[in-house]
Amino acid sequence: MLSIKNLHARVEDKDILRGINLEVKAGEVHAIMGPNGSGKSTLSSVIAGNENYEVTEGNIYLEGEDISEFAPEERAHKGVFLSFQYPVEIPGVSVTNFMKTAINESRKANGLEEMPANEMLKMIREKSELLEIDRKFLSRSLNEGFSGGEKKRNEIFQMAMLEPKLAILDETDSGLDIDALRIVANGVNKLRSEDNAVIVITHYQRLLDYIVPDFVHVLYNGKIVKSGGKELAYELEEKGYDWIKSEN
Amino acid sequence: MNKYTEDDLKIELETKEYEYGFYTDIESDTFPNGLNEDIVRALSKKKEEPEWMTEWRLEAYRAWTQMTQPEWANVHYQKPDFQAISYYSAPKKIDANKTLDDVDPELLAMYKKLGISIDEQKMMNNVAMDIVVDSVSVATTFKKTLAEKGIIFCPISEAIKEHPELVKKYLGSVVPQKDNFYAALNSAVFSDGSFCYIPKGVRCPMELSTYFRINQAGTGQFERTLVVADAGSYVSYLEGCTAPSRDENQLHAAVVELIAMDDAEIKYSTVQNWFPGNKEGKGGVYNFVTKRGLCEKNAKISWTQVETGSAVTWKYPSCILKGDNSVGEFYSIAVTNNYQQADTGTKMIHLGKNTKSTIISKGISAGKSQNSYRGLVQIGSRAENARNFSQCDSLLMGNNCGAHTFPYIESKNTTAKIEHEATTSKIGEDQVFYCNQRGIPTEKAIALIVNGFSKEVLNKLPMEFAVEAQKLLEISLEGSVG
Repeated sequence: MLSIKNLHARVEDKDILRGINLEVKAGEVHAIMGPNGSGKSTLSSVIAGNENYEVTEGNIYLEGEDISEFAPEERAHKGVFLSFQYPVEIPGVSVTNFMKTAINESRKANGLEEMPANEMLKMIREKSELLEIDRKFLSRSLNEGFSGGEKKRNEIFQMAMLEPKLAILDETDSGLDIDALRIVANGVNKLRSEDNAVIVITHYQRLLDYIVPDFVHVLYNGKIVKSGGKELAYELEEKGYDWIKSEN
Repeated sequence: MNKYTEDDLKIELETKEYEYGFYTDIESDTFPNGLNEDIVRALSKKKEEPEWMTEWRLEAYRAWTQMTQPEWANVHYQKPDFQAISYYSAPKKIDANKTLDDVDPELLAMYKKLGISIDEQKMMNNVAMDIVVDSVSVATTFKKTLAEKGIIFCPISEAIKEHPELVKKYLGSVVPQKDNFYAALNSAVFSDGSFCYIPKGVRCPMELSTYFRINQAGTGQFERTLVVADAGSYVSYLEGCTAPSRDENQLHAAVVELIAMDDAEIKYSTVQNWFPGNKEGKGGVYNFVTKRGLCEKNAKISWTQVETGSAVTWKYPSCILKGDNSVGEFYSIAVTNNYQQADTGTKMIHLGKNTKSTIISKGISAGKSQNSYRGLVQIGSRAENARNFSQCDSLLMGNNCGAHTFPYIESKNTTAKIEHEATTSKIGEDQVFYCNQRGIPTEKAIALIVNGFSKEVLNKLPMEFAVEAQKLLEISLEGSVG
């Protein structure tokens, strides 16, 4: 699904990623953990194609295709989805309208007709039920005045609507209380399948109690310094990141 | 790899010519340049006007010669030379008795380019149109249907001859000849425009529409619109404007007067897309317009405007809330790009008791443009329980444009409630990236964000206009984020 080879990236003059290698197969969930400033969010932004970051070396492949030079919307059309740590507000644009635009742009790029309104409505109904979202919520302006939990739930709702091949959840647990965390995690679990892959970026182990990863990677100083199974997350929780820092 | 950057977008925008910038070669009957009493008389004679009208114009002209151009607006431009303008230009081939079939094919072709084929309009839109090309109204449709209800909708030049009692009574009653420099000029030399009268208790069954267009080089356009809604009647009026691209600046100084009698309602919507000048700020229309409405008891006037064109805009559609319980509304979207300048807003003059006004103004600035909101809310001493709510939002795109807000509030009554809210925001890279990540390309993302920002005003436009307005917003702002 996703293959990252020797990825180096910087923002302004600062090197942040210094040779990332990562293989994610369809059906897998990978967790990327690491202390603040280790490059976790940079990695998600670079995979999504944020042009504020400059890729200086290495490549990103999605299903064998090198997407390193693709514009962010092209990556989205190919099935990359990023759940933002800080979703932005777009006043006056309802969640429904935003989703309709996004879905139809992707369909257009993939040579499909616009989705008929009845199909769209049906999909909205199904996905909002799946994620326990009140449909009134969908006519509100995108993220405007949303609570932290609502914003994150809205991100997962968009993920459900867009049905990506690769979903990256960037600190989806930050700012969530335990109930919201459970709802969001349940949503993600319901969307998991043999055909898609999920990368969970998180600082803490607690989200991984709900979204159980197949692999855990520790990012430090722009490199993956340790990889393992889900038990690695517990080890980290117990020993703290100083353990990693002292080893590197 | 298919990387369509903002720079590419910018280049595309700059090379994109003004979509309506064509010039139609119609034989014209044009007056020599300059303005004096003889020109005013000649103009009036040309139009076969009665004596009282000629005198009315001369009175305005004399007042105008004593006035100076206003300078308080937040706009900078080379002042027009009023002696270098021709004050009358009419397409030559005109015959009052002709039907649409006889219309000059070149004129018809021009309408087509404008996307307003009359036949189509007739059949599909249920819109009665009075089309003003340069100065003379060439075709008025739907007259018959309207006549059955007693509605008068015709060129003002015709109304002066056919309905002198109405014109005499109301012309200048809301915007007096001496109101301001441009209104005085217009009163002296207005060449045509529309007149509309809705009889008592009649609900006008269709949207009435005028499409203005400046064609001839070096001509000013001075239309005069007068809408009278008699007691208990209702009318929705649409006005759309375009002009061909030219290097020199063209002057457009219109006056619109609305009169809403007791319990009447007038909705007046404008989509203005005059040529804004090229990307270096050369050419473009100077749009100096006076629009004002008078509300009698329980009457309501709503102004809705989408302003995307003109090099310089100076325009304040206003309401005089004279009657008790009358309501005034102003909904505006003003977009400026490149070197455009707009100073626009409204005046709400509360005179009657329990009068209410709402002002929603959305300014969008891009490029090197300057966008100002200027509004006055005035509460008279007898206006018990008057209420106003104003909201002025500005959206900035890029770092080289400006947004300014000049709200004035004058209250002489302690029972008044006045609220004013203002916000300024910027289209952020993060917003655009967020949309991109969801598969929405930058250009579409900006359109989405701008439409969201303008939604409250777009919602006020009649359906067919709203679609056009949305498209205009997109065209005006393409590639302007940076």
